[in-house]
Amino acid sequence: MSDHEYTPSSKFGKWFNDRLPLLTLANHLTDYPTPKNLNYWWTFGGILTFCLITQIVTGLVLAMHYIAHADMAFSSVEHIMRDVNYGWLLRYVHANGASMFFLAVYIHIFRSLFYGSYKSPREIIWILGIIIYLLMMAAAFMGYVLPWGQMSFWGATVITNLFSAIPLVGESITTWLWGGYSVDNPTLTRFFTLHYLIPFLILGLVVLHIWALHVPGNNNPVGIDIKKPSKDTVPFHPYIVIKDAFALLMFCIVFALFVFYQPNILGHADNYIEADPLVTPAHIVPEWYLLPFYAILRSVPDKLMGVVAMLSAILILAALPWLDTSKVRSAVFRPLFRQFYWILVADVLILGYVGAMPAEGLYLLIARVATAYYFAHFLIILPVLGWKEKTTPLPLSITEPVLGGSPNLAAARSDEKIEKTIK
Amino acid sequence: MSDQKDEKKTNRRDFLFTATAAAGVVGVGAAVWPLVDQMNPDASVKALASTEVDVSSMQPGQSLTVLWRGKPVFIKRRTDDEIKKARAVDINDLKHPEKDEDRAKNPEWLVMLGICTHLGCVPLTDKGDYDGWFCPCHGSHYDTSGRIRKGPAPTNMEIPKYEFVNTNTIKIG
Repeated sequence: MSDHEYTPSSKFGKWFNDRLPLLTLANHLTDYPTPKNLNYWWTFGGILTFCLITQIVTGLVLAMHYIAHADMAFSSVEHIMRDVNYGWLLRYVHANGASMFFLAVYIHIFRSLFYGSYKSPREIIWILGIIIYLLMMAAAFMGYVLPWGQMSFWGATVITNLFSAIPLVGESITTWLWGGYSVDNPTLTRFFTLHYLIPFLILGLVVLHIWALHVPGNNNPVGIDIKKPSKDTVPFHPYIVIKDAFALLMFCIVFALFVFYQPNILGHADNYIEADPLVTPAHIVPEWYLLPFYAILRSVPDKLMGVVAMLSAILILAALPWLDTSKVRSAVFRPLFRQFYWILVADVLILGYVGAMPAEGLYLLIARVATAYYFAHFLIILPVLGWKEKTTPLPLSITEPVLGGSPNLAAARSDEKIEKTIK
Repeated sequence: MSDQKDEKKTNRRDFLFTATAAAGVVGVGAAVWPLVDQMNPDASVKALASTEVDVSSMQPGQSLTVLWRGKPVFIKRRTDDEIKKARAVDINDLKHPEKDEDRAKNPEWLVMLGICTHLGCVPLTDKGDYDGWFCPCHGSHYDTSGRIRKGPAPTNMEIPKYEFVNTNTIKIG
């Protein structure tokens, strides 16, 4: 795992490390060579780890007070809010923590998209990330059902009904998911079980995600391959640790603003009404982080095709390393891609906005155009750009544009030639 | 040469491997099935299969929503006007062609699952472009026979199995 041999200094350390090389692992993690030009967009990996641990810890203590039963779930959540010591804090941190988790993951994903971090040799890291993202959505959805409010109940009804679009076996699958003929107590108890399980699956996948990252090492804003360790790298500790810690602190300020000043702004008032299978709320909306996909679902007039489009919108990301044919990773050197990148960002934001609006009239038209563009970006624009685009010249190393002092790349190249001949 | 190769391809050990794997697959499948099937509706859920509803107090134009198997069932006592409207429709114009005569055996009474066939919301009664039902979730419009006329829902609202036990009581299920 480590790039160099490591021997613990103490006798006990050596004895232990020979039997279980934990100290070698710790040494690898602290010495891990990191590109020296990583910017703040690279701090979100650490922030996401913090989010996952926050969700697991607060979730664990909430589960000590919550009762997963259709008759008691709603009041047990109110009991947490009113009676349990610091219950309000724990629940608000957990509920807003989910939103913060998604905020961070979206920044993390769009950072990868901008700097081409999904490209060879980092495809497996990327695909593991997409699987984690899918599990996050499943966990968030099931978690939202647990308070058993109106949005919980009807959100669960709408999402589980997506499976009924599957030809032939759809009805049996929904009945199987529900454990009955509608969303009811059996549904709640199984969702609670799975909601408890998924974070640990995510934790395992995060370990694989980081492991896969440590094989080729970090991508960087310039997007070129670098030698490790070299004058282009710094050890993870203390350089990246302190940068990550500072970014985390800033992130926690935003987190705290939500928890302490606007704890309900990201939720829906309807979820403070207990679930009623006879009354559907006037306007069902998922949580903000699922809105773009919800817009895609609604923009297709056919039930089955709507579900297919929504799932494809997520799964298409897994194929991204092969859809993007450009050999240049970073958008910094891809002038055309950079423009299309920002159009895609705008497109996803627009989808999110229309996803929150009623699906009719102009909103529906906008949703359809934005959905078509979303797929066109991945299926047409990216493959074609790789062939057509004229990229700007890449530097030879991270240090070159800074220390080379000269923007004249030819000169820098000849310098390196001279260096090589001297060696 | 080739004879030797063939011998290598299928010897007794290969047979044992295949047989062991096959037995293993059957065993694992048998062990997994209870884990999967436990999620299907249990005996207590299935036991609540039918509901009887007293409709003696309902006036024409009124509707009632009752719970059956955890799902809402709409019972509507239709007015003559509503029946006429439902029967006047040319069934070739429908997305899911069904005659009103087949949906409401007794024209005055429409009994159907109050669940939008799109994604399972409960439509609102006496709303929408066809004066029947309107689903607020994704904008499906149903007519006075509960047939889909406009919007993303693929089929008409489902008619459950029901019967009149006597003039005042409907048994659903």
